[in-house]
Amino acid sequence: MSMDIETVRKIARLARLKIPAEQEQSAADDMTKILNWVGQLDKLDVSGVEPLANVNDGNLGWREKDEVTDGGYASDILANAPEKMADFFTVPKVVE
Amino acid sequence: MTKLTDLTVTEAVALLDKKEITAVELTEQHIVAAERGQKETNAFILTTFDQAREAAKASDARRAAGKAGAMDGVPIAMKDLYCTKGVQTTAGSKILEGFVPTYESTVSQKLADAGCVTLGKANLDEFAMGSGNITSAFGNVISPWSGAEPSKAARKLIPGGSSGGTAAAVAGRFAMAGTGTDTGGSIRFPSSVTGIVGIKPTYGRCSRYGIIAYASSLDQAGPMARSVADTALMLREMAGYDPKDSTSIHIPVPDYTKALGQSVKGLKIGIPREYRLEGLPAEIAAFWDKGAQMLRDAGAEVVDISLPHTEYALPTYYIIAPAEASSNLARYDGVRFGLRVPGDNLIDMYEKTRGAGFGVEVRRRILMGTYVLSAGYYDAYYKKAQQVRRLIRNDFLDAFKQCDLVLTPTATSTAFGIGEKDDDPIQMYLTDVFTVTLNLAGLPGMSLPIGLAADGLPMGLQLIGRPFEEETLFKAASALEKAVGFTAKPAFVG
Repeated sequence: MSMDIETVRKIARLARLKIPAEQEQSAADDMTKILNWVGQLDKLDVSGVEPLANVNDGNLGWREKDEVTDGGYASDILANAPEKMADFFTVPKVVE
Repeated sequence: MTKLTDLTVTEAVALLDKKEITAVELTEQHIVAAERGQKETNAFILTTFDQAREAAKASDARRAAGKAGAMDGVPIAMKDLYCTKGVQTTAGSKILEGFVPTYESTVSQKLADAGCVTLGKANLDEFAMGSGNITSAFGNVISPWSGAEPSKAARKLIPGGSSGGTAAAVAGRFAMAGTGTDTGGSIRFPSSVTGIVGIKPTYGRCSRYGIIAYASSLDQAGPMARSVADTALMLREMAGYDPKDSTSIHIPVPDYTKALGQSVKGLKIGIPREYRLEGLPAEIAAFWDKGAQMLRDAGAEVVDISLPHTEYALPTYYIIAPAEASSNLARYDGVRFGLRVPGDNLIDMYEKTRGAGFGVEVRRRILMGTYVLSAGYYDAYYKKAQQVRRLIRNDFLDAFKQCDLVLTPTATSTAFGIGEKDDDPIQMYLTDVFTVTLNLAGLPGMSLPIGLAADGLPMGLQLIGRPFEEETLFKAASALEKAVGFTAKPAFVG
């Protein structure tokens, strides 16, 4: 399969990632190469195989009590904010 | 007297306990070595020598008061993927430059509690994505090793990645040990190419809390050092259940140092036939055979095993890891921490921030991950990879019915030169062919030196164990270490 620039733009938009125009072609070429390479998996018949998301699935304990054990330090949370106002992160205006 | 920088952790702790040396002396000698090491290798993104001096003084005071921890006074390198309170943590990325965590990762806290003295934040591939430590926004790490051949001696070699800064500092004798993380081989490959010992424990053995996430179902923390005993001691101090990481497992941590030197008599060592790749260099195959023979000589039994889905491990990894990465790295959006590039509106700000903050390899993996998770492709790629992942895990679980451990080479080559595999991402991905399988299966694995290849560079063998049976790994590794007697040092050390 071959990845075109249109698809790269679409994926980049989904990923909220700006790819400079002059790098779009090489991004498409890289993705084509990688997708063809991972396409090896098509040789395998995996019908009926249960997907494995995490090796510890089913092996994890429940939280003993559902209670708040952490929090209450807004200034720590905001310490690295690029922009803030009072106890809030700020972003460009979203609602007109 | 030997230089203090040549000591292993175990030796240094013994001398400290006998009051023959002080933590201040030990740290000071390492700082002197690290000042030079840093210039030559760029192993650290940030050095914290002043804090290290203070920590060493405090360590001596604790020891004098009879309150020393198990690694009290030992100078280490901390991979810059571990969040350290009040100390810049970057993950090797421009997007996190200047980020100063207000909290400490569980593992780095445990090491501090054990008395370790941190010399600095070790360089790494950006977000741990790489095998050569050549994708860091803070410059490449250069191996302290140089080859015997003039052609290799003239080149600057990789220290392996992604935990390349730690590997360079430990192999270069300017940290006694250090932390790594391993998602597809990032502890074991650097250990192999720099002639040190590194272990990736079972998934769930160490807490991931506070370690910047790459691929959460694969990431594990582990120690890197210059002896099997040192990694056993250090892993014991790093491991353990943590309520802050829901995937850490609530079982006791054995004292791994007790496994050292135990007989391997009767242990069954599996040799997977699928790892004897077509084109595997004869020299590496010979090292592998030599390692098997050494374990046989020590009383173990060597058996042939099959791991039939081995060839599918890398493609599986390069679907699952980017998928998880694309989701984990969504948090770097210029709002809460790190870089922010202004934009015309919110989405434009996100896109510009992420476009400017991430390097080429990270962008590549985010795109791949987003693609395989996108509508219409999820089943064909992501779900399929998860199914193959189960087959790969089942291969190992079946093999462990016939053997207790698996022995393989760690890598298909010694260190390559910086810039040699840059053109083709897939060539770089192939570096991890023997190591990724374990991450997919969640198993513990360690790399230890087997010798120097004809090019004068170190080469490692990998031991793989059953889930949570790190003790068996340490037992066999200590037998192998004794038989190998690896003493080579990079010429750099002098």
